[in-house]
Amino acid sequence: METILGLDLPTLWFLVIGGLITGYGVLDGFDLGAGSLHLFFNKEESRRIALNAIGPVWDGNEVWLVIAGGALFAGFPLVYGTILSTFYIPFMLFLVALIFRAISIEFRSKEPMAWWRKMWDISYMASSTLITLLLGLILGNLIQGIPIDATHAFTGDLFTFFNPYAVLIAFTTLSLFMLHGAIYLVMKTENRLYAKLTVLVNNCSKFFILCFILSSMSTLIYIPHMSEEFKQNPWLFALPLLAVLTVLNIKRNIDARKYFTAFVFSSCITAILLILFAIGLYPNIVISTLDPAFSISIYDAASSPKSLRIMLLMAAIGTPLVISYTIFVFWTFRGKVKLNEMSY
Amino acid sequence: MPSVEILSRIQFAFTIAFHYIYPPLSIGLGVCLVIMEGMYLRTGNKMYEDITRFWIKIFALIFGIGVATGIVMEFEFGTNWATYSRYVGDVFGSALAAEGIFAFALESGFLGILIFGWNRVGKGVHFFSTIMVALGSIFSAIWIVVANSWQQTPTGYVIEGEGLEARAIITDFWEMVFNPSSVDRLSHVLIGAFLAGSFLVMSVAAWYIVKDRFVTPAKAMFKIGLTVAAISALAQLFTGHRSAEYVSEYQPAKLAAMEGHFDSSGVADMYIVGWVDKQSGHTAGIRIPGGLSFLTHGSFSAPVTGLKAFPENERPGAVNFVFQTYHLMVAIGVTLIGLTLLALYLLWKKKLFNRKWLMTIFVWAVLLPQIANQAGWYAAEVGRQPWVVYGLLRTSDALSKDVKANQVIFSLVLFTLVYTLLFILFLYLLNKKIQHGPAMTLNEEEESDEFSKRNIKQLQAPEHP
Repeated sequence: METILGLDLPTLWFLVIGGLITGYGVLDGFDLGAGSLHLFFNKEESRRIALNAIGPVWDGNEVWLVIAGGALFAGFPLVYGTILSTFYIPFMLFLVALIFRAISIEFRSKEPMAWWRKMWDISYMASSTLITLLLGLILGNLIQGIPIDATHAFTGDLFTFFNPYAVLIAFTTLSLFMLHGAIYLVMKTENRLYAKLTVLVNNCSKFFILCFILSSMSTLIYIPHMSEEFKQNPWLFALPLLAVLTVLNIKRNIDARKYFTAFVFSSCITAILLILFAIGLYPNIVISTLDPAFSISIYDAASSPKSLRIMLLMAAIGTPLVISYTIFVFWTFRGKVKLNEMSY
Repeated sequence: MPSVEILSRIQFAFTIAFHYIYPPLSIGLGVCLVIMEGMYLRTGNKMYEDITRFWIKIFALIFGIGVATGIVMEFEFGTNWATYSRYVGDVFGSALAAEGIFAFALESGFLGILIFGWNRVGKGVHFFSTIMVALGSIFSAIWIVVANSWQQTPTGYVIEGEGLEARAIITDFWEMVFNPSSVDRLSHVLIGAFLAGSFLVMSVAAWYIVKDRFVTPAKAMFKIGLTVAAISALAQLFTGHRSAEYVSEYQPAKLAAMEGHFDSSGVADMYIVGWVDKQSGHTAGIRIPGGLSFLTHGSFSAPVTGLKAFPENERPGAVNFVFQTYHLMVAIGVTLIGLTLLALYLLWKKKLFNRKWLMTIFVWAVLLPQIANQAGWYAAEVGRQPWVVYGLLRTSDALSKDVKANQVIFSLVLFTLVYTLLFILFLYLLNKKIQHGPAMTLNEEEESDEFSKRNIKQLQAPEHP
């Protein structure tokens, strides 16, 4: 099989998708988390500042979801169809939540009435939280594996998804995004809102550390196939160790009020956790709980070498472009939020 | 209970039709915004800045809903049409991935600067962002229409595997991109979008003129909109003709349905209006005898393949629907040419803005390109049935095998409720922005006192932050 840099094409594309999902987690993670924290701010001005802190960037962040979805569709069409049709209802709720979130951000400040703004504040908080929980729930189920048969048809029902492990992963995701969002907001605010957020960010970090410990333990105990690869290659244990160090560094930097560094570390932990998941899966991409033979590996699902080559070329050209204007936009809106006539 | 197939088709048709209200407006408005802001940079006239800012606010509203409803489309390929996704992923996926990485990322990235960047970046950088957003939305259309055109006229692929395992594999990327219908369809779609956007600009401007508000900026807006619209309406005649040619060559069953032509091989008429009776295979109406024969073969007596030449299961079932939507689109296209030419003539005679009746027509004419865009897509997509990929994959085979009817009913009800709410809110906020109008910076000396007073009133009632 054709290889580039010693990796075959499906593996490379697996890495590309992993990179895109990580990009989505790091970027949309903070604005989703900011949404989940929204109702903790009581004053009208605080809510507007929080909203405008993500205002110019949230739409660009969400693009990573669209690209990751497109990349999965293009590279592993079988997996795309299987995962999306298996999680039919969760994804439909996810889509509706995305719509509500977009219009909440967009519509909230268009009317002065208190009830109008309160309604959209609640909708913004609820939809952000629902999106995060659904993503976590789907992730949790994919870590455990799902009951798919030899024809890749899902044999469970909606209740299959609501198992304790997946629910725990859902809340871990929520705690991570809330922490990530709180750190982002604290960087973008000043004065009283900043003071309030320094307390909030502390609580978020405690919530996250609790969830992190619980989900790490549960994964080790209940999901043996996730640690198989690690047992065969002991040097991989450096990664969980790195994860623990990263978490400790988030806490340390928050305590030292070095929020930018904390933000870098909370971005890193998102990436590391996803890398751990990817290593546990590889070379499978969907694990069947009915029979390991029914699992879908990247080689079962990959598009043709020609198609993958074309898309790798596109990714090679496109990624630097996307990253450069993402940086440009963040640079343009750097610093503390100031409200003006164009603000939400 | 209705079948999963029909439910999934209804859901896809509903969600895509709703989505398609917005992208054409974004694309068309994008072009108008580039012209408006370009005029501002060129003339330095603050009025152009005011109207640019005004339209950016409306653009943001439209764009936001377009994105939110567009993500739904991408996901629905996997949720409801898993077999289709697996079948076309190798070919179609690269176009979709290109859309995401080259187009969507561009427009969404620069959108933040477009909306929030006025005081953050220089005029040049802002103008650059406006161009990038406009280009991004056009690039999006390119890749999406390329993918859809591949479904109409597939080339550059081979079929691998058989039965349920069959899938299309790409053999030549550029042959896939430049499949026989993509250039014609893309130009037709883009110009349809320019019409949608420019007619929105003219509609709002005409309303101000009728109501005698913001008259000076409204006239400027109207002229920009009219320029884009007049060129587009004329060009649409050409791209429409080209699109009909590709249909006649590659999708004869669709062409026959579009004109209600049943005779397996006979002279085909062209209808101005008509009604198709599928049972008797007869079409009645006002027609140009031999018109379709002339259009396809250049001779009024040349035979054209009719619907009866195709087995029942290889031709579109909803013949009258395809006929009506196609004719509606053509009728509107002709109307738009007439309207814009009349307006141009009156503008040249300097009588345009006194003609209140014509302005009132333009207020409502915003609906026409929207209806034509929708009708055109319905004719194209329903006319392609029973295939989802023409000649290769049937719509009935393209479903997700493990999705149940009650799941689709749930999502369909959910989308119906959410989209109804969304549409009401959209109209409410659009109306509010239009009522509020562009912020005026009183810098024109030629303004009458009366008009200035009105402007001051506008200034005293700023939009809520």
